[in-house]
Parts: sequence; C-alpha cells; structure tokens
Amino acid sequence: MRAIAPDLFIETPEGPRLLGGRRREGGDVVFPLPQGGERAFYEPVELSPHGLLWSWTVQRFRPKSPPYAGDEDERGFQPYAVGYVELPGEVIVESRLEFGEVEPRLGLSMRLEIVPFNHGADGDLQSCYIFRAEGA
Amino acid sequence: MSEVFIVGAGIHPFGRHELSGLDQGVFAARAALADAGVEWRDVQCAFGGSFAAGDADAALPRLGLTGVQFINVANGCATGGSALLSAYWAIKSGEFDLALVLGFDKHPRGSFNPAPADMGLPDWYGELGMMLTTQFFANKIQRYMALYGISRRTLGLVAEKAFANAVHAPHAWRRAPVALDDILNAQMVNDPLTKFMFCSPSEGGAALILASPARARQLGRDQIRLRGAAMRTRVKGSFEVFSPSLDIERGPSPAEMAAKAAFQMAGLGPKDMNVLQLQDTESGAEIMHMAENGFCEHGAQEKLIQSGATRIGGPMPVNTDGGCLACGEPIGASGLRQVYENVIQLRGQGGGRQVPGNPGIGYSQVYGAPGLAAVTIIGK
Repeated sequence: MRAIAPDLFIETPEGPRLLGGRRREGGDVVFPLPQGGERAFYEPVELSPHGLLWSWTVQRFRPKSPPYAGDEDERGFQPYAVGYVELPGEVIVESRLEFGEVEPRLGLSMRLEIVPFNHGADGDLQSCYIFRAEGA
Repeated sequence: MSEVFIVGAGIHPFGRHELSGLDQGVFAARAALADAGVEWRDVQCAFGGSFAAGDADAALPRLGLTGVQFINVANGCATGGSALLSAYWAIKSGEFDLALVLGFDKHPRGSFNPAPADMGLPDWYGELGMMLTTQFFANKIQRYMALYGISRRTLGLVAEKAFANAVHAPHAWRRAPVALDDILNAQMVNDPLTKFMFCSPSEGGAALILASPARARQLGRDQIRLRGAAMRTRVKGSFEVFSPSLDIERGPSPAEMAAKAAFQMAGLGPKDMNVLQLQDTESGAEIMHMAENGFCEHGAQEKLIQSGATRIGGPMPVNTDGGCLACGEPIGASGLRQVYENVIQLRGQGGGRQVPGNPGIGYSQVYGAPGLAAVTIIGK
C-alpha cells in the first residue's frame, strides 16, 4: 500500500505522523507541507497524532469526479465524516473522520490513523490519513 | 470625489432556463437601461462578468458596438460585487457620468467541482473528497451551533422564511412555500444541513446603471445613492472554503472587515439599516452573517429568528426575495441580485414582500470562495 501523495505523512517507530511545514519566518505551522516554490520557506515538521475535534460534518452524496477519486460508484457510495481536528499548540487540520458509535462533539479526543483509500491508475492500493475518535 | 447614484436596475429571473447565460445577462442589461430611461449608446463605461458563462463583453454585439470601454471582471464569487465596485470607483472619481454593471451565470447542476490546482491546492485534497464548498459551510455552522447555542429548528426557520418570501418575488426560482417540518426532515446533505437548507447553483442575470449626481438629477433618478461599498479578502485566522489547515489563533472574517469599512464610508451603523440582504449559501450562513455584519451579538440569532425579527415586518428583515436559498446562486449575478432587491425595496415596489414603513437604507453582503466578502449600502 502506498500513500495517495508523497510528503503527506510518514511512518515513524512511534506510528504515523502527518507532515506539516513550519514557516522559517514567524514559525507558523501549516498542513500539508507546501510543495514547489513555497517549499523553500518552510521546514518539515512531524505533527502530533493526537488532537481534539474542532468541527465535523458528514458527506452524504458522492462528490463529483474529478476531483474525487474514490473507487466506488454512486450506488456503492458510503457517507463519510469529514471535519477539523485541533493539534494543540500546532495547527488545526482537515481530515476524514471515523466516529464509530461515539457521538461527535467539540473537543472529542481523536487519533491519527493510516487506512486504505482507493486504487491508483496502475491498480495499486493507495492509503490516506484519517482521525479516529478514541474508543471508536 | 463625486457621489454615486443607482439610476437603473434590471434582472432576468433566476432558475433554470433555455436561454444562454449571456442572453440572460443581455436581458438584464436592457431592463436596467429601460428602467433608467437611457440608451445603450449613452453608457460611457461598463464592467461585467460571469463565472461559468463566458466573457461579459460578448454582450457587446447584442447591445450595440458603440465603442464603449468595457472591462471583463473575473473575481470568483465576488465577480458581480467587484464589477459594481469598479463602476462605483469610476463614477466616484469624476471620470464618468454613466456606467453599466452586469453579472450573469449558468452553472451545471449539482455541487461545484473546481480543480484543486486552480485554487493552489494539491490533487490529493480533491481526490479524498474534501474539496466541497458544502462541507465548509456545514463545518462552520456545526461549530457555531455548539459554541453559541443555535438550534436545528432555527436553521429550518431560515429556510422556511426564504421560501415564504420568494412566493412574492417574481425573479426568484423556488417560489412555493415549504413547511418547517419538511425542511427539517428532508434528505441530509452535509450534517446538520438538509437539502432545503442549501442553495443550488442556478442561472440568471442582473444589471445596474450607476450615474453621477448631475446625470442622476437630469434623469430624475437622484433618489438612491450608493452610500458605501467595500470588498475584503481573507486574513490570517479566518475560516474559509478549501482550507486543509487553519491557524489555532482565530481572526476576523472577510464579512466583518467589509462591513466595518462600508459602515465607515456611509457614516452609518447597523441600527440605521432598514432592509438586509445577507449571503445565505445555506441557512447557517445567514445566521452567522447576521452577527459578522454587526446586526447582533453571536448567539443572539436564536431568539431573534425564533421571534420573527428577520421576517418581513420584523425589525431587521433579511433576504426579502428569498435570498440564495430561493433564488439559487448564479455566481456572477448573485451579488447584484441583492442590490437589485434593495433598490426595489427602497422604491416601495416590493409588492407582497415589501418591507413596511418606507425603508430608507438597504444593506447587502455577498460571501464566497476563496474567502472574500463585499458589502454595499444604498440609501435615499
């Protein structure tokens, strides 16, 4: 399984980490790590895998393709939660979310996970990042 | 610096039509010219745009090849508002006496699906299904409801009012009332928002004629002045569409900043406004924009809306023609529709949706991608 994009997240001995960027001037943290010409202004930073739910919604209809690249068609589409997780002291990141049976509420503890997402143009399985509610 | 008057206003009904977007724009332009009592050849400069229906200056062969200075405006969701600002600045400078502002659009059905790269974003952001405007609005109101105690019922009441008002607006798209329970129990699109709580991309055209004081007096149309007009783009810390990350330290929204600037220009405050058109991409946006524009404290909307304050006849009538919820959103025309509606209200021509008490000042605010807001204050 390969990541849906390079430099989005990395595996460490302590588990996966999202890759952000800390602006060399001012120290602001952003996600994802900027690419191309902007990259020079940032140093890569491994973001905390723990955070607090900042807001959420559920995507109830299949987004248009492009740009959406899920394998499933209209019929096979399963709604997914998506929202924002605050990584204390760092930045608020947007992510797909998993709540299981846990009732979403602001401040809920969330943990980073890498999960299978789709198959790339070459048929290989690709992974993406999500945040899962603690206990879900 | 010259004062600026709105001497003409025209609209092509919003909705779904056979007509091309361009032809709907031309229809609106002709209506505005006729309303002002001027000929196309009298117009000295024109600013126009559409988001998805081509260049506005394609209207020239239809309106007449007079050699007029026509400038195409392309500025995302503020395309119409930016065309209006440009014409405002042109007349205010004293360079011109008569200007046309034109906006029109025609969007495919369903949600907008911009390419990530066009917004400076990586492809994966769209591939994972996170690049939807509807998600942004749902996330923003979800958090707002939790922080400020706004109920789902209040979300529903905003939509219910929109369709009730639109019954009396000939230019609106969805003109049948919808019961509150039907709104609340309808298909969920992005929680907590159901399908009736979201506006849809649609079609339509709107046009305004702006004039200097001398020209307005000559036309006998010196009743409605543009008292303030300002646009602001996002600053650090504001929560905007298509944001893979946000700063923990929060900042003001573009609407807050544009509102302050427009009030200052007009020398007026929120309490002086008699009729409000606030961007209602979805029910929650109208609620949040009430506070962002300074019309109430955050959280006060719950009581205000439940008590009917924002209905026609209430102390702060909002979206008297049904707003985006009932008119849909043809991006290029949407902001100009708001100003058109305020012109109608100030002239007392609102019919069944007329705000009582001879409203003297109208306020309009448009918001959109990638994080900008434009405010216009017009008054007698």
